[in-house]
Amino acid sequence: MLNLLFYIFATMTLVPAFLMVTSRSPVSGAMYMIASFVGMACLFVLLEAFFLAILQVLVYAGAIMVLFLFIIMLLDMDEAEDLRTKSLPSMAAMIAFGLLLVTVLSFFKGSYDGPLSPIQATTTTTVVTEAIDLKAKPPALPFSTKARTFGYGLFTKYMLPFQVTGILLLIAMVGVIVLSKRHEAQGGKQEG
Amino acid sequence: MTIGINEFLTVSGLLFSIGMFGVLFRRNTIIMLMSLELMLNAVNLALVGFSRHNQDLDGSLFVFFIITVAAAEVAVGLAILVGLYRKRESVMADHLNLLND
Repeated sequence: MLNLLFYIFATMTLVPAFLMVTSRSPVSGAMYMIASFVGMACLFVLLEAFFLAILQVLVYAGAIMVLFLFIIMLLDMDEAEDLRTKSLPSMAAMIAFGLLLVTVLSFFKGSYDGPLSPIQATTTTTVVTEAIDLKAKPPALPFSTKARTFGYGLFTKYMLPFQVTGILLLIAMVGVIVLSKRHEAQGGKQEG
Repeated sequence: MTIGINEFLTVSGLLFSIGMFGVLFRRNTIIMLMSLELMLNAVNLALVGFSRHNQDLDGSLFVFFIITVAAAEVAVGLAILVGLYRKRESVMADHLNLLND
């Protein structure tokens, strides 16, 4: 059963991804991309990372692809691209694709055989009531399906990266506003 | 044949190859950005697989950060594309040949 589900979800991820790369119009490419992200979320469910599966659908399929589609619609740039397969860069891309494929497949072949071990029951999701000592050596975080352990890890062991990510988002927001703002010409306002 | 981490890693590697092929093969910069997202996603799958294999949550937490960085990267990349389109009326990479000579 698990095998069958894995093959279905892997096909759901890989086939739309390839169709996206080879689709001529950006809009259908974005649609294939959403299908690919949903398939990836299903693979996350098979790996028992339920929280990340939800996050994948919310952030990638929900937010990022909507942003893509919105920009395509806003700029009205659904121009079909003729895929020249005979030109030199395209041939180089295909050769690079083949080489990478062979390398990756031979690299992973037989290196991690065997089924996935079941998740060990842990008792680390206890509620921390006392103040957390940030100087102490961070505890090991065993794999867990609960969203609560994610929060625990983010606010103890990965506190600094978490805050740096917040600053990164702020920088990105300011950067996007500056980039997409129309700069006024020296004489007066530019025509919108 | 049972499904282990090996199969997930193979899917991840295939996705990464497809993404790289897209970046090299296409000339539409929007599709190139989408292929970049695909590559980041392939890395996410490998990280979650290893995290599950090693019974360790750190890989999954790293995926969390990758998703955030990807969202920020897409926002900035699309803003640059909008500015580019306003100036050059095209997003095709082979029309952006100012430094070509």
